[in-house]
Amino acid sequence: MVRFIAKTTVGQKFWMSITGLFLIIFLAVHLTANLMIVFDDTGELYNEVVHFMGTNPIIRIMEPVLALGFIIHIILATILTLRNQGMRPVNYHVHKLGHTSSWASRNMFILGLTILAFLTLHIINFWVKLKFGGVGTVTIDGVEMEDGYTMVATLFSMPVYSIIYVIAVLGLAYHISHGFWSAFQTIGWSNEKWRRILTGCAYCYAVIIAVGFSIIPIYFLIK
Amino acid sequence: MKFTLKIWRQKDSKSKGKFETYQIDNIPSDASFLEMLDILNDELVRKGEEPVAFDHDCREGICGMCSLHINGRAHGPDEDVTTCQLFMRKFKDGDTIWVEPWRAKGFPVIKDLIVDRSAFDKILQAGGYISVNTGNAPDANNIPIPKDDADVAMDAATCIGCGACVATCKNSSAMLFVAAKVSHLAHLPQGRIEAKRRVKAMIDKMEELGFGSCTNTGSCEVECPKNISITHIAKLNREFLKANLDV
Amino acid sequence: MIKLDSKIPEGPLAEKWTKYKETQKLVSPNNKRKLDIIVVGTGLAGASAAASFGEMGFNVKVFCYQDSPRRAHSIAAQGGINAAKNYQNDGDSIYRLFYDTIKGGDYRAREANVYRLAEVSGNIIDQAVAQGVPFAREYGGYLTNRSFGGVLVSRTFYAKGQTGQQLLLGAYASLNRQIAAGTVKLYHRREMMDLVVVDGKARGIIVRNLVTGEIERYGAHAVVLATGGYGNVYFLSTNAMGSNGSAAWAAYKKGAAFANPAFVQIHPTCIPLHGEFQSKLTLMSESLRNDGRIWVPKKKEDAEAIRKGLKTANDIPDEDRDFYLERRYPAFGNLVPRDVASRAAKERCDAGHGVAPTGLGVFLDFKYAIERLGKKKIEERYGNLFQMYEKITGVDPYKHPMMIYPAVHYTMGGLWVDYELQSTIPGLFVAGEANFSDHGANRLGASALMQGLADGYFVLPYTIQNYLADEIYHPEIDIKAKEFDEAEKNVKDKISKLMSVQGKEPVDHFHRELGKIMWDYVGMSRNREGLEKAINEIKALREEFWKNVRIPGSADTLNPELEKAGRVADFLELGELMAIDALHREESCGGHFREEYQTEEGEALRRDDQFMYVAAWEYKGEGQKPELHKEPLKYEYIEVKTRSYK
Repeated sequence: MVRFIAKTTVGQKFWMSITGLFLIIFLAVHLTANLMIVFDDTGELYNEVVHFMGTNPIIRIMEPVLALGFIIHIILATILTLRNQGMRPVNYHVHKLGHTSSWASRNMFILGLTILAFLTLHIINFWVKLKFGGVGTVTIDGVEMEDGYTMVATLFSMPVYSIIYVIAVLGLAYHISHGFWSAFQTIGWSNEKWRRILTGCAYCYAVIIAVGFSIIPIYFLIK
Repeated sequence: MKFTLKIWRQKDSKSKGKFETYQIDNIPSDASFLEMLDILNDELVRKGEEPVAFDHDCREGICGMCSLHINGRAHGPDEDVTTCQLFMRKFKDGDTIWVEPWRAKGFPVIKDLIVDRSAFDKILQAGGYISVNTGNAPDANNIPIPKDDADVAMDAATCIGCGACVATCKNSSAMLFVAAKVSHLAHLPQGRIEAKRRVKAMIDKMEELGFGSCTNTGSCEVECPKNISITHIAKLNREFLKANLDV
Repeated sequence: MIKLDSKIPEGPLAEKWTKYKETQKLVSPNNKRKLDIIVVGTGLAGASAAASFGEMGFNVKVFCYQDSPRRAHSIAAQGGINAAKNYQNDGDSIYRLFYDTIKGGDYRAREANVYRLAEVSGNIIDQAVAQGVPFAREYGGYLTNRSFGGVLVSRTFYAKGQTGQQLLLGAYASLNRQIAAGTVKLYHRREMMDLVVVDGKARGIIVRNLVTGEIERYGAHAVVLATGGYGNVYFLSTNAMGSNGSAAWAAYKKGAAFANPAFVQIHPTCIPLHGEFQSKLTLMSESLRNDGRIWVPKKKEDAEAIRKGLKTANDIPDEDRDFYLERRYPAFGNLVPRDVASRAAKERCDAGHGVAPTGLGVFLDFKYAIERLGKKKIEERYGNLFQMYEKITGVDPYKHPMMIYPAVHYTMGGLWVDYELQSTIPGLFVAGEANFSDHGANRLGASALMQGLADGYFVLPYTIQNYLADEIYHPEIDIKAKEFDEAEKNVKDKISKLMSVQGKEPVDHFHRELGKIMWDYVGMSRNREGLEKAINEIKALREEFWKNVRIPGSADTLNPELEKAGRVADFLELGELMAIDALHREESCGGHFREEYQTEEGEALRRDDQFMYVAAWEYKGEGQKPELHKEPLKYEYIEVKTRSYK
């Protein structure tokens, strides 16, 4: 088993897929929580969600697991990419891959790096502030909690930040458009029939992610 | 037809190679790409120059010996054919054509456009067979096989071992080649007996010989002259997982 | 001086092989690993033999000129493999397969060998299925069959249109297993240049390493040649570009008799020639004749209009189509044997009814089959062949009939072998297309794969032991012996002679010229005058070759022009022997059609009283006339009849 994980690229890819699918599920949860922001102008609903996320024990346990998922996914991607880089010592003068494969599938690592860069910014802007202070508090139904709503509203009042956010979300969507079905392919869950279903799902999910996350800055811009 | 050819010339495995430019005229559109090279070589020999060395044999698309990366694509611009079945009518008169050898760590160049693909033999030697000695076999109809399984096995078995999958893959991965054999044998009852041992041995060998990992871009199946689907790679992954879960 | 002894075992036909196996000499397991066998060629015969020897415990060295054993030209066989399984319950039997093969070969094959071939044919299918060869199946999971030319039963097993590929990959897989086990050592990109004979026995070979140009020597207690046929003597053929007769020719020059060199099969269904630059001809599987109907326009003016592109096939109404095979041979129709179908096509084209721009083409039409079975069924059966045809010609065969014309495909002739597949040089065994043994003057469709695998899996593993049992007293072969030195020197001399000519014309020029002579005079139809002319022209061309060939580069590196030159030099000698043999055989039989000997209806006229023998030629030295030896053919179990497919 250890050999399987550590020594073969097929094994490494397997764990990338598992972590990838885990992150995909996380995104669904994250998006659901985020979207609460647009349903309540007062921000109360969103703040309650933020509070729930910050206090619920299951979510608390999942947080380090999520971090581990990210770390494994990133480390394995780096190992595999570096290895693959060495597999063509002399490059082609002309190498046309444009119509034999999708752009996303060929640039998963670049897209991944883009997402990682944004993730860093994102963590500094939201997670660190929420965790270590710097956010004001509100009291809802007698419970004192962080005023996440105001923090978000403030950030998205800056058009530059909103643009960066939307670009990052598009990168993420591209990443998923390949990653979603690729993960299933790598764990072996594909045949001629399922391949069509899963690639279809991948595109749908990517669109949902792109549109879903982009709604928030757009909402604040036009509000 | 008239073409400008930019062909990779390399004296031997140790030398550094470079592109040479050749002008060629009066090529019939019905000529195959290799026949076009024959015509070029004929001219070169008459001029006392060394002809371009390239691998080829059956010239009917089945032996898998011909290769060539033409204008950025393995086996050139036509779909589902090997270079020997690529015809010049697929090009435009006056085109500049870049001709390069397969490039991959696992396929070192021997001379000009000829590469060493013995790594493929070695991968198959690691386990791409069913261990049956001559004379051991029961009557053929004692092993009924559902037609659908037999058909899928046949689709995978149709691999000609040309290496286009490796050549086109951005990671120089040999997964489609390995998957074709693993999937072929895994779909047959007589192949199941050794399935676990086989998949592990072949993957180990593949990695040892310097091929990249699969990122499911799917270029390989598009360039595969026999149209082998990457769902066979999913089958390989499944077999590999099964083999490893059973420790 | 050669003596032909076919060593056919005594006893009734059906018991000969069993009896042989029961009484032959065997080699004990501990001695097997002390014995070396060289196998040259990795096609069906070579790969299956090498794998089987390895499994038995011998030390095997196997050689191929390609980069991998899997490239051997057996891979290109499309249609199928015959076996007397009678799975279709249509009255097939070992005897019937034997009978069909002898009759198909126009009574010029050896009874005992052919019977054995039919006997082991079923085992081949068993073996292949066990190896994982994905033969076509019915929905019930059992194997299915199709029928082929020259027979009245369905006994052909197939894997789409890639049967040869699948069978070769099966044998190659077994070979790989033995390579991994260490019993077989593979030498790829090596070409055999000469045979080494020590004390009258085959003891090794000299090879050229095609990458480094080095001349290498290998010794063994027995040598097996499985190097295929010599169809490439015609330049244009369905053979692979590298297929050659040089290994067999080297053996011939070292004392192995060459049998029936004139027996060449011209395959009726190939894509017609389309230009001067063409390098090879592509076969369309004979299985297409199961459902396709062959015709030419009845009216010459229609044919001419089609040639000029003024009309297409679809413009010709049914009543103006001449389905000449159905007309001439009502019993077999489009499924007559290959030689008959080829000659009939030539006859129609010579009479002015041909349809390709060159006038050398006939139609193979699927319109009727599509009407009868639907496009889907046809696609299922022949999809990949149709696709291949469209790729090559740019014409869609679902809409327009295919155009086909005969092309050189297979050589029935080859090195003479006895019942044990041993040549006239002790210790030199010959298998597959390289030998002459089973197909007489014409081979039936789907029988080449059968013969190659029968030789490799089920005949040689027995017979070679009978020989090697006496070799256990012989220590390891000394490759420093003077015979090896001499052979190596000869090879090096030939190479430097070729390199030193430095004339004006590339090798292919001579090969094309030779091909033209062979096709015109030693092709589908032959006569005395033409054959005599061919002999003279080949001699002149040979002289010209040695004066004017130009090989660039050097001999101590990878040099494809040098490889070709060596092969063409041998073809220039072999072609002459073929013409000599064709000239001497004053009869028409199978693929050998002498215009002087035909019936009033234009059918082949055999002369059993004078020519019912195998013509085995002995090399007598450079510039000397080869000597003819005759092995009379006795038919004890088959009544010799005029071959009729009417």
